[in-house]
Amino acid sequence: MRYEVPETLDAAVGLLASESGVAKVFAGGTDVMVQLHLDLIEPDLIVDVKNIPEMREVVEEDGRWRFGAAVTGKELMDNSAFNAAWPGVMDGVRLIGSVQVRGRATVGGNLCNASPAADSVPPMIAADAIASVIGPNGRRDIPLADIVTGPGQTSLVEGEIVVSFKLPKRPANSGDAYLRFTPRTEMDIAVVGCGVNITLDDAGSCIAARVSLGAVAARPLLVEGAADALIGTKVNDDAMEALAGAASAACEPIDDKRGTIEYRTEVAGVLAQRAAAIALERAKS
Amino acid sequence: MGRAPSPFATKIPYEEKDLKIIGSNPTARGDAVDKVTGRARYASDISLPGQLVGRVLRSPHARADILSIDTSDAEALPGVKAVVCRDDFPDMEVEHAASGELMVNFRDVTRNMMARENVLYDGHPVAAVAATSDAVAKQAMKLIKVNYKVLPHVIDVRDAMKPDAPILHEDQFTKGVDPKPDKPSNVAARMESKLGDIEKGFEDAEIIIEREFNTKPVHQGYIEPQASIANYTEGGIAEVWTGTQGHFVFRAQIAKLLKMDLSKVKVIPTELGGGFGGKNNVYLEPLAVVLSKKSNRPVKMVMDRDEVFRATGPTSGTNVKVKMGCTKDGSITAAQAELNYQSGAYAGSSLPLATITVFTRYDLENVSVVGHDVTTNRPKVAAYRAPGAPMVAFGVETVVDEMAEACGLDPIEFRLKNAAKEGTQTHFGPQLGPIGYIQTLERAKAHPHMQEKLGPNQGRGVASGFWFTLGAETSATVNIGEDGTATLIFGTVDVTGGSRSAFAMIVAEELGIPFEKVRTMSGDTSALGFNFMTAGSRGTAAGSMAAVTASRKAIARMCEIAARKWEVEPDQVVWEDGRARPAGANVGDFEPMTVAELAKEASWFGGTIAGHAEINVAQGGPGFGTHVVDVDVDRRTGAVKILRYTLIQDAGKAVYPEFIEGQFQGGAVQGIGTALNEEYIYNDKGVLENPGFLDYRVPVASDVPFINTEIVEVPNPDHPYGIRGVGEVPIIPPLPAIANAIHDAVGIRLRDHPMSPPKVLKALKEQMIVEAAAQGTAAE
Amino acid sequence: MAKKYVNTTINGDQHELLCDATQTLLDILRDELDMTGTKEGCGTGDCGACSVTMDGVLVCSCLVMGVEANGKSIETIEGMADGDDLHPLQQKFIDHIALQCGICTPGLLIASKALLSENPDPTEEEIRYWLAGNLCRCTGYHKVIEAVQDAAREMRGA
Repeated sequence: MRYEVPETLDAAVGLLASESGVAKVFAGGTDVMVQLHLDLIEPDLIVDVKNIPEMREVVEEDGRWRFGAAVTGKELMDNSAFNAAWPGVMDGVRLIGSVQVRGRATVGGNLCNASPAADSVPPMIAADAIASVIGPNGRRDIPLADIVTGPGQTSLVEGEIVVSFKLPKRPANSGDAYLRFTPRTEMDIAVVGCGVNITLDDAGSCIAARVSLGAVAARPLLVEGAADALIGTKVNDDAMEALAGAASAACEPIDDKRGTIEYRTEVAGVLAQRAAAIALERAKS
Repeated sequence: MGRAPSPFATKIPYEEKDLKIIGSNPTARGDAVDKVTGRARYASDISLPGQLVGRVLRSPHARADILSIDTSDAEALPGVKAVVCRDDFPDMEVEHAASGELMVNFRDVTRNMMARENVLYDGHPVAAVAATSDAVAKQAMKLIKVNYKVLPHVIDVRDAMKPDAPILHEDQFTKGVDPKPDKPSNVAARMESKLGDIEKGFEDAEIIIEREFNTKPVHQGYIEPQASIANYTEGGIAEVWTGTQGHFVFRAQIAKLLKMDLSKVKVIPTELGGGFGGKNNVYLEPLAVVLSKKSNRPVKMVMDRDEVFRATGPTSGTNVKVKMGCTKDGSITAAQAELNYQSGAYAGSSLPLATITVFTRYDLENVSVVGHDVTTNRPKVAAYRAPGAPMVAFGVETVVDEMAEACGLDPIEFRLKNAAKEGTQTHFGPQLGPIGYIQTLERAKAHPHMQEKLGPNQGRGVASGFWFTLGAETSATVNIGEDGTATLIFGTVDVTGGSRSAFAMIVAEELGIPFEKVRTMSGDTSALGFNFMTAGSRGTAAGSMAAVTASRKAIARMCEIAARKWEVEPDQVVWEDGRARPAGANVGDFEPMTVAELAKEASWFGGTIAGHAEINVAQGGPGFGTHVVDVDVDRRTGAVKILRYTLIQDAGKAVYPEFIEGQFQGGAVQGIGTALNEEYIYNDKGVLENPGFLDYRVPVASDVPFINTEIVEVPNPDHPYGIRGVGEVPIIPPLPAIANAIHDAVGIRLRDHPMSPPKVLKALKEQMIVEAAAQGTAAE
Repeated sequence: MAKKYVNTTINGDQHELLCDATQTLLDILRDELDMTGTKEGCGTGDCGACSVTMDGVLVCSCLVMGVEANGKSIETIEGMADGDDLHPLQQKFIDHIALQCGICTPGLLIASKALLSENPDPTEEEIRYWLAGNLCRCTGYHKVIEAVQDAAREMRGA
């Protein structure tokens, strides 16, 4: 197993392209190291992307945030302006692993590991984030919701790297939130996760919404029906009921060691309501 | 357990006296500095020159016959120095021995350590390799070809008892059934225990509650994986450094399994990174010795965490049926239980202990207990802190809660009405001596916790637990240095760091010297006579009996030295306040002599001062505890949050009170973990799905509140300082206490362990359906 | 397997070594440098026993490649005391009996020190959530939390 630390994107793409065996992109390493320890993967090449400047930046330009895919959870948590701008995204980031894990783990890795239960992905989908990707065929943008296609599967082609994430400019009166359910308070994998992002008009009616669910299907879901339940309402009790119903209806979960179909379906609706309530509160404040 | 009490066992009557050191909290704990600086040496921290890395190849199947094993490719790999499998170990006859609180059968131990005819669980060792690096060892394991014939398996205890279940052992016929069955069975043994007339007891009952409970296996979850390093020399001597709760028992097992003389095996216990009963059994040690012998190099073996979960002892999964009757005014008239306990791949679960503890909190006239020990395709169970008891307490203590409710009595009042006390006849034999159970209930009743207000969906639960204190073989030596300081060599492994300080306090108290002048250290198997393991809460209780005995022998020697110097008879010298003094004015006017002064004179007057003890401590000094817990139930997700927790337990005499509090708190939190989220999860192939700390969810710091503790002190009459075992009782009540609190909060009774959110939510939904139906009926 | 040159600073001391990519920082500490104070409980980042700081950031050393330590500054339990003077956290862990078997203790101390350097006056809840990545099976966390609170008080001079 070779280990390389390229300093530029081009060098990283070149390394990946020229490797005939199995190559792994390595950022925070909190998934790759576990897979190595458990002998789940046997890569021939590890490409550590942490020394590539663009992948480590957190920048705001005209109200639009962009952050590198190799920025750690802790680095994001320490950025108070970003926390104020996207509290729901940070709800998800703050729930990844433990303090130790967040000292290393990145949103890029959380996404590319392609677990349906990744905590930062639903709020990023709800935020309408775009991933900037580079590979042998050049650079392209992909909406977050289109990247994970199934457990461990992504729409990235071989040799592609997620470089950074772009978040749209936020209209006034917007708020987002992410909640997950886990049996433990920390150090756990979401049984269900739900990200909600809403925008209100001056009268307090919801004019835009995005709702995303994690751990209830083979990949994180963007649930348009759930968003529709909120749009055009004051996010009152009736809207909340409809939201829960739509969220539960969108679930296509499995029974596994972490939860049952019945449980996940039920709790998806509950979390959608609770996350929406927090997002609403944030939008109003 | 498992042996009849010896008439020659040591009891020292309780001595009421003023204590200077015992009962205080020393600031300079013997083990602590090395543990906070990282210098304490655990087994995996030890390295020997030239050592190899040993690894175990394990079965991926729950059950299969081993048709062949071909290790030739692995042996040919450069860097591989030894490969062993079943052919490298002698087969064993059926022979039972105590290993901690459970019994083991050497015929099974050798098969569990290294599979022979078949594999019986996911993780069962089939071969082991020693290589120059971990990478080579892992590569070698891939080259070992094991030809399996996969067979049907059975995981659940109820399934294993069904007539058409796959049978693990064709030669296993249920013991304890007359006449002997003609068909093999997964039920290895049936046990029965009775008191009074159970039929009459139920006839006298006005309220009868009968319930069925199921629990999943849970793991001890020690943070240090098993690790051993063995050095077998060309002279035929084996030295083994290992993390163990009982190095003498390990030596005995290594010697037996490898057909070596005991004297040629030395086991050096390292600092132990948690055991809780799980380090009562050999796993790696004999493999490391044989790999070392075969490679002529030291071999170090450390388990990965997934190996710990897959192949080392969890508890039994159980099915427990409890039927109890009482009068309307709350007197229990009958108590009946059926206990079905998994033993894992080989017979021998904690069933005998469960049988003892099931009802032992109550003063009962009519008791009937029937139990079955059942083999299933899981790792062989090991002891886990009060082995077998939390599961039966789950049944009995929640049925008691239901009976109290049916009688309109407060659960503590109901328990007080029926509480065991001195003189209570147990259903398994002895009458109870002086015990502190009633005091724990009274203290719980008066505790400020009881005055805390509960909000909506919050509830309070109470439960109690009982555990005995194991005695057994115990040896120790007190050496008095030439400067008058004392060193105690003990052989009961100090599993938590508390007992070596407790021993130092006891030796200081006995000798009359400051705590700081006593050093205590663990002796290896060559330093002392045999010591049974630290199990059954015996560490401090039994170890201190040896420390007292050895100290008193050293004192006798010191009195002898003074007598020789003063030219009087030894019985004319007494030991008081750390000095040898003339027994009376008529003996003569001699200046009392301190330990240091006597130590200086010792050589002339016959030699160095030491005292030693090789005793078999009598079992006794049972402990009782009562827990109170408040929970908050999230009705929409089924999440249960522990709001408040209070634990009250009889310690006999708390030698080191703050340390005992720590043991109480740790036991309670392990119990909370058991109650809410810990469980073994197998898939339909019989493969363990959660062999790691991510999905085997032990509580994290943010899951639990502070644990209030109170120590009751009712002295153990058979111990000079009144000490009782304290380590195990705290894990028994949490499971039922939390179940009772959930009921108090939201009205549901949970009888399937763990009480995880999906189960709580499901029960709440069923309750809503029942209530809606009831309302519908009422409306008609 | 070509080994990589690694030049790293551990507890203020410079170390040069060659390591291959299969070795974790934990392996380097324990097996190459004989610094066995950092413990391995799981190897998968779930127990926190191997906690160290790397350039001041709290991490699980089992989730860091040894080669990544190149140019970094690592702090481990061996560097916590100043000669004979224990760090206040070490002393308070002893005073409060915040350790029993002690296998999780180095990780808990390193994690607690990282907490107090970011937040000198944490609430009970903040301590509990910060330490959620450090499993302890003996103490039930009670005395650990008390020790951290007490050390924080002392270090603040309160």
